[in-house]
Amino acid sequence: METKTKSRAKLAEHAYRIRRNALLMGEVQGQGYVGQALDIADVLAVAYCQAMNFRPEEPEWEGRDIFLLSNGHYAIALYAALIEAGIIPEAELETYGSDDSRLPMSGMASYTPGMEMSGGSLGQGLSIAVGHGLGLKHKGSDAFVYTLFSDGELDEGAVWEGLMSAAHWKLDNLIAIVDVNNQQADGPSSEIMAFEPLTEKMEAFGWFTQRIDGNDIEAVAAAFDAARNHPEPKPRMIIADTRMGCGVPFLEAREKNHFIRVDEHEWQLALEALDAGRNA
Amino acid sequence: MSTNNKPKLKTSAMIASIAAEGQRTASAPFGEALLKLAAERPEIVGMTADLAKYTDLHIFAKAYPERFFQMGMAEQLLMGAAAGFAHQGAMPFVTTYAVFATRRAYDFMHQAIAEDNLNVKIACALPGLTTGYGPSHQAAEDLALMRAMPRMTVIDPCDALDIEQMVPAVAEHNGPVYMRLLRGKVPMVLDEYDYKFELGKAKLIRDGRDVLVISSGIMTMRALEVAKELEADNVDVAVLHVPTIKPLDTSTILREAGRLGRLVVVAENHTTIGGLGEAIGVELLRAGVTPQFRQIALPDAFLDAGALPTLHDRYGISTNVMANTIKNWVN
Repeated sequence: METKTKSRAKLAEHAYRIRRNALLMGEVQGQGYVGQALDIADVLAVAYCQAMNFRPEEPEWEGRDIFLLSNGHYAIALYAALIEAGIIPEAELETYGSDDSRLPMSGMASYTPGMEMSGGSLGQGLSIAVGHGLGLKHKGSDAFVYTLFSDGELDEGAVWEGLMSAAHWKLDNLIAIVDVNNQQADGPSSEIMAFEPLTEKMEAFGWFTQRIDGNDIEAVAAAFDAARNHPEPKPRMIIADTRMGCGVPFLEAREKNHFIRVDEHEWQLALEALDAGRNA
Repeated sequence: MSTNNKPKLKTSAMIASIAAEGQRTASAPFGEALLKLAAERPEIVGMTADLAKYTDLHIFAKAYPERFFQMGMAEQLLMGAAAGFAHQGAMPFVTTYAVFATRRAYDFMHQAIAEDNLNVKIACALPGLTTGYGPSHQAAEDLALMRAMPRMTVIDPCDALDIEQMVPAVAEHNGPVYMRLLRGKVPMVLDEYDYKFELGKAKLIRDGRDVLVISSGIMTMRALEVAKELEADNVDVAVLHVPTIKPLDTSTILREAGRLGRLVVVAENHTTIGGLGEAIGVELLRAGVTPQFRQIALPDAFLDAGALPTLHDRYGISTNVMANTIKNWVN
């Protein structure tokens, strides 16, 4: 398998631009799930700028790896990554969430090149990923299917149907990433519905499981490599512990909330803080 | 007293044939038709949630084990995985019971399949009141639910012939389809008439001066029996079969319902709410066609458990009760 390897600095630069794209989109609407976008930017940088195989100019290319955004409210993060990957033109940033935009607030497959499923109704991505995994094997493709979901989605029973099924079918072409930022709509995910010990659960369900600091980009890159190259016929799980607002210290320090409030004047401050971190 | 002397009790068993005693039947028409079609269409895969045997999908599974996917008793996974598989170019024929698809996995069909207009064909056994097992398995509202879903084509076949001809037709159609499924020994009725299933078309199966029964599914079979029975009473009954519930063949329905002097009766194996009756009623009103209009349908209620013939009598969808009902309306 061809593996492009980029330096830490190069990946960090991609992650920076993904964060920046997300903040610029957030500024357009004065809102958005930027806390999540900032926490998942490192994962998306590794996925779209190193690990995944696709053709930016031909988003429907049949041989591509599939990325399924189960948590549709992370669309702002995925758009930011799709822009960085060259699949969506940067100029479309300013249409984010507007009428007739290809970048609606919640990710939908029919709106956006590179958006492979309609999320929003949480807990569906893994089931769809199982179907892709079966389909890819059935037609003899060696492409991978990735799916990103959030710790809150672990509350959904269908996620566990997917977990059991992926192992049953030995889907070694399926790589799932669960974003553990410990925030969901009504509070900390671990308090809403206790989901730990997650690594042990995933392993018991038959997954090759790695738990990493999802904001340590080298760890993320190594986890993606290990997931793709693991020899056992098992689906692969990356549990990524992340920090909401990562990269913008004053947002990271803000009271933890599923939907981080950013005041009008703070968008510029956030961009400046991001830049400061980049140059540090 | 020996138990042998007790009269044989009627059964509320889950699986009961809807064929009447002595009626001509065909075995597993869905399974056989899919088997035939699969030879021509390598993109077809079969998927089920622990109900291959009870949806006649086992026939396909046996012939094409590498194209058959047992997803376990997990209907949400079934629908989500079918969507993913279809994205990869396959045409999944997905089977379970109507209650589980429509009530348990609705959101997955809505979001993962229909919104993306995927080529997933959902075939569901035990539609309407075709089991006496109780509300857990009686899909009295499946058509209402599926009609409400954008992009979904909805089919309610009458008999083995309808099912045989429906299978290749839905494969020809690009997009998601929900079809009601009769399985096991399925009555063969429509081959006695000049009839062919066409997706989206209503067909006048027999003409008549006094009453127009518009029906789908097994109620077309019943309507044809009623029509024969009422000949003796000099009541002339026409039967318009509407196997495609959505999109509705409005022009044929309006043409037939607009012929003056006939009582229009919509007969359906479904609750009065949201099925064929309401669909047609609205179309008639919109078009300003206002014949005398009656509905034969299941009540808006949790249905009883019991033997199917008992229940069909109780809820007015057996041939005898339906014949009497219509006779009373006419007189």
